Amino acid sequence: MKPDADNIRKGAYAAVAVLWILAPLYLDKYWTDVLNNVAIYAALGLSLNIILGYGGMFHMGHAAFFAIGAYTTAIVNTAWGVPVLWLMPFAGIAAGVFAVAVARPIIHLRGDYLLIVTIGMVEIVRIALVNNVFGITGGANGIFGISSPSIFGRQINGVVAPGHYFYLLTVFLGATIILFSLLEHSRFGRALKFTCSDEVAATGSGINAAGYKLAAFVIGAVWAGMTGTLYAAKIGFISPESFSFWESVIMFMIVILGGSGSIPGVLLGAILIIGLPELFQGLQQYRLLIFGIVLVVMMIFRPQGILPPAPRKYPVDKLEKQEVSL
Amino acid sequence: MEVFFTQLTNGLAVGGIYALIALGYTMVYGVLKLINFAHGDLFTIGAYLGLSLLTSLALTDHVGAAAGIVILAVMVMGLVGVIGILLDRAAYKPLRTSPRLSAVVSALGASIVFSNTVMLVYGPNPRVYPQGILPTQVFEVFGLSVPVMRFVILAASVILMIGLYVFIQRTKIGTAIRAAAIDQDAARLMGINVDRVIMLVFFIGPALGGAAGVMVGLYYGQIKFTMGWIYGLKAFTAAILGGIGNIPGAMVGGLLLGVIESLGAAYISMAWKDAIAFFVLILILIARPTGLLGERVAEKV
Repeated sequence: MKPDADNIRKGAYAAVAVLWILAPLYLDKYWTDVLNNVAIYAALGLSLNIILGYGGMFHMGHAAFFAIGAYTTAIVNTAWGVPVLWLMPFAGIAAGVFAVAVARPIIHLRGDYLLIVTIGMVEIVRIALVNNVFGITGGANGIFGISSPSIFGRQINGVVAPGHYFYLLTVFLGATIILFSLLEHSRFGRALKFTCSDEVAATGSGINAAGYKLAAFVIGAVWAGMTGTLYAAKIGFISPESFSFWESVIMFMIVILGGSGSIPGVLLGAILIIGLPELFQGLQQYRLLIFGIVLVVMMIFRPQGILPPAPRKYPVDKLEKQEVSL
Repeated sequence: MEVFFTQLTNGLAVGGIYALIALGYTMVYGVLKLINFAHGDLFTIGAYLGLSLLTSLALTDHVGAAAGIVILAVMVMGLVGVIGILLDRAAYKPLRTSPRLSAVVSALGASIVFSNTVMLVYGPNPRVYPQGILPTQVFEVFGLSVPVMRFVILAASVILMIGLYVFIQRTKIGTAIRAAAIDQDAARLMGINVDRVIMLVFFIGPALGGAAGVMVGLYYGQIKFTMGWIYGLKAFTAAILGGIGNIPGAMVGGLLLGVIESLGAAYISMAWKDAIAFFVLILILIARPTGLLGERVAEKV
């Protein structure tokens, strides 16, 4: 068989997947922990991609949902000792409920207005956390002593054994990729993308545009909340610092630079934005400056991102077979 | 009463500063329908340039405090205005025909570049403005004491706003700006050089923002490289509050937001001060997206 572009791409993805899975074998603890962060941000980027990439909603407050998931986990775990992995669905639900409450009134806002409102939302959440709202968030100091996840009685400590935590995160990330690519090609994903590219036409075709947008928001929020659980349990400590507006900007950049609406693109974005700067430690203070320049240059020369979504294929040979079978 | 009056005058002084920044957002939005996210950082640059010029030239020692501040403000406004034009050339002009998101992301990138450049040049720690340049006397009205500084700040911003209003309403160039804001293509057909208008808007808006930066430096005495985005966000709230694209709206919105915030900080909670502006923003966008003075029926929001 001739190695066409499609096969080369599949081969490259497989090679990256193998390299990723074997990473703790050839990397030291520090670099494994870097990959753990990449995995967390990749999951966050993929969840934001549902809202921003497929839904086309300029949402720059994703850190708020991430924060709610992480804080739900931390509060319940430290107060009642519930195992953290049990708390993952609850963290997701808490973030989802918050998303419904917040998104319902603002979902109809047009592009840049939505952006501003979501920035306001994430700031309000951060201020609430710093102000120790309801007396349960620990204020500016955050919450200490969140226990590590345990599977079959075995502790997986993200600080002592980042290699073990790596596989926990990899399983979560793998599940995320599979679920979200199924979602992308489902009826839901198609309707959402249609709504994004032309809301009037989509409504005219009988798609409940507002409903789909809200659903996308909630799915993204639930997933970010669940990722929050794994983040909180990783180092056992969270504080409002980790959920600032800049975290939201980083998630936004992961999606936009990697390729909005493209799962491989978002994964690449997470590697480039979270992983790559670690290679240039000496340039640490120039990191954001370089990001800023890259954002401007990308928008001018390649606004669709590095790996934009591949156009959907309708193979002629399969189509003909279908017609025969009709 | 004492508290109320103190907070009211403080709110008006801060509100004047918000209004000056808001004018930059609203003018750019009026002509290009673009939220210039980097505007808050132009304000920061103004504050830092003001500090550099103030300490290196020692203007206030040579020509006296009042004249020195005026010369300083003019210099900063000119410099920040030029940076504004360069920003438009580099980050926005190539994207005039692109989808909205591209320009917004580019603006965000420019904002990151500006704030980090300021950090690399001036360092990450807050910097202190020389003290004692503005009058520090306190003056008494009906037994209530008010620092004169607040009046100076408010008066300066009101003078700049009136100047801008007269310029926009009474001059030929101002008419061209208004025409370009209503319909760019029609304005072009009438012989207006729209590119020139956009350049001018990107000079005036940042110039006013730069002046606001100097005022914040003189008023609070301390500036930080990250302050641009929070002031920017509040000023944007002010612009929305008054009705974005509407110049008098930005002025009213700024003053109103300053007063709401300062009274809210006093009577509701100091710790939630920054959140108040965001609540106002969310409420106004949900309830009345065209703003208080938004007679211009904007496109569907």
